[in-house]
Amino acid sequence: MNYQFNTAVELLSLTHEHGLSVGELTVASEVELKGGTRETVLGRMTDYYVQMKASVAAGLEITERSRSGLSGGDSRKLHAHSHGLKVSALGAVFERSIAYGLAVLETNAAFGRIIATPTAGSAGIAPACLLTWQESRDVSDEIVSRSLFAAAGIGKVIGYGACFSGAQGGCQAEVGSASAMAAAALCELDGGTPEQVVQAAAIALQNTLGLVCDPIGGYVEAPCMMRNGLYTLHAFGASAMALSGIRSMVPFDEVVGALREIGEKMPRIYKETAEGGLAATPTGRRFKPTRLSPSASK
Amino acid sequence: MLRERAGPLIVLKSFMSLSVFEVIGPSMVGPSSSHTAGACRIGWAARHLLGGTPEKARIGLHGSFFAAGEGHGTHQAIVAGLLDLRPDDGRLKDSFALAERQGLDFEFGEIDLGPAAHPNSTQLELSGKTDSLNVRAASIGGGSIQIQQIDLFSVDIPGTLETLVLWHLDAPGFLAGIMSILAFVEINAASLRTSRLERGEHALTVIEIDGLFPSDVLAVIGRNRGVERWARLPVLSGL
Repeated sequence: MNYQFNTAVELLSLTHEHGLSVGELTVASEVELKGGTRETVLGRMTDYYVQMKASVAAGLEITERSRSGLSGGDSRKLHAHSHGLKVSALGAVFERSIAYGLAVLETNAAFGRIIATPTAGSAGIAPACLLTWQESRDVSDEIVSRSLFAAAGIGKVIGYGACFSGAQGGCQAEVGSASAMAAAALCELDGGTPEQVVQAAAIALQNTLGLVCDPIGGYVEAPCMMRNGLYTLHAFGASAMALSGIRSMVPFDEVVGALREIGEKMPRIYKETAEGGLAATPTGRRFKPTRLSPSASK
Repeated sequence: MLRERAGPLIVLKSFMSLSVFEVIGPSMVGPSSSHTAGACRIGWAARHLLGGTPEKARIGLHGSFFAAGEGHGTHQAIVAGLLDLRPDDGRLKDSFALAERQGLDFEFGEIDLGPAAHPNSTQLELSGKTDSLNVRAASIGGGSIQIQQIDLFSVDIPGTLETLVLWHLDAPGFLAGIMSILAFVEINAASLRTSRLERGEHALTVIEIDGLFPSDVLAVIGRNRGVERWARLPVLSGL
């Protein structure tokens, strides 16, 4: 095994040793680990990227509220706004980035097909960032989807050192991981070095530490959807900072360690139980579904 | 009540890094990778370990699976898996109606598996035409799962490799016999784990391999002296 890594230190050392980008090293590690061909691995990721874009498009079509009434129709509003005459100071491009993040979560809430990146509740961030990046450039899906390997390489390090589950680590493990992965992908697309790619992830991840998972009514909608929209901006920002040469004071592996520690010590009510935070506010409580009793479970 | 001895008797396992497609993916219908896709995978795996669609299923939900399962379609997802639907199947949300048509009688309840249990855990008691099965599993995030107990035996099955489960008598030379069959057909075992119950002479062996078990090899293994029952858990493609 020549390409396997579990930490960012190992990852960076291997990129130097083999003269590869973070994404290319991650492709090599996958081929080595699973024994398939490089073409199969690349093709599968391109297929995922095409499905991600479809999940954005499907969400932008949604006009009705979800079953719970907590989401639906918002991505469409912002998307229309970005094409209107009164675009905000943010600009049309980044208004659309937010809209795309919202759209994937609206698709998700409607039991539509999405690609968990790394989870369903955080599935909007990477697709929205990459689609936004692609729209202002003439670059194929094949090329853009390669950057998802940089995202996955960062994800592997987080998965090894911490976790992706909101029930185990809070929202920082889901949206935090997703924005770190998206920042890494954007940084690689913009020509960042392996060090800068890892820095982008470190900056994004440390800025989500402590984020609790407090879904209203237990539904993956509010505040999940807003976070998927807004954390796309976070990923763009972290990537830009890393590209400018700004470095995280704490190395990525240690940020992952902090994520794990905070996740372990986070009270259970903030870990996807819908018993704390926004879910426990007077308004949040109104959306709590009545539990199925065992006898009436059908 | 049979109790398992502390720790497994044999564990052979090489450490495996995460696949990129465990980080990105699965392709799934929403809304939650752990509470929907992972829940569906647990049902799917349990169905394959039983060897067919169950006729009865008692499903205990622990922790966040119980507390937040309703909003995430966890109930529908587990039932969908028991009916052999995959996590990206658009019929997942309508699985209760499908269960009625296919004669699967199910009920849900809350279960407390203790403070050490993963918050997204479930205990399934299934019975089919000929066999019954008790499975405990956890959905550990991003659609990944871990099967932790089969009947009373502790196991650790992620379902990411082709897996064979053997219920057998704990007899001298049993494992050597199985391994020699695998060696003869040049199957490389990635992991092997045997658990035994304290009283009685029953044991459970889990073998994960690279590649696929040919059906004729499984038939030979199934006829091996001491094998009481076997199940093949295939890899859920696309995950």
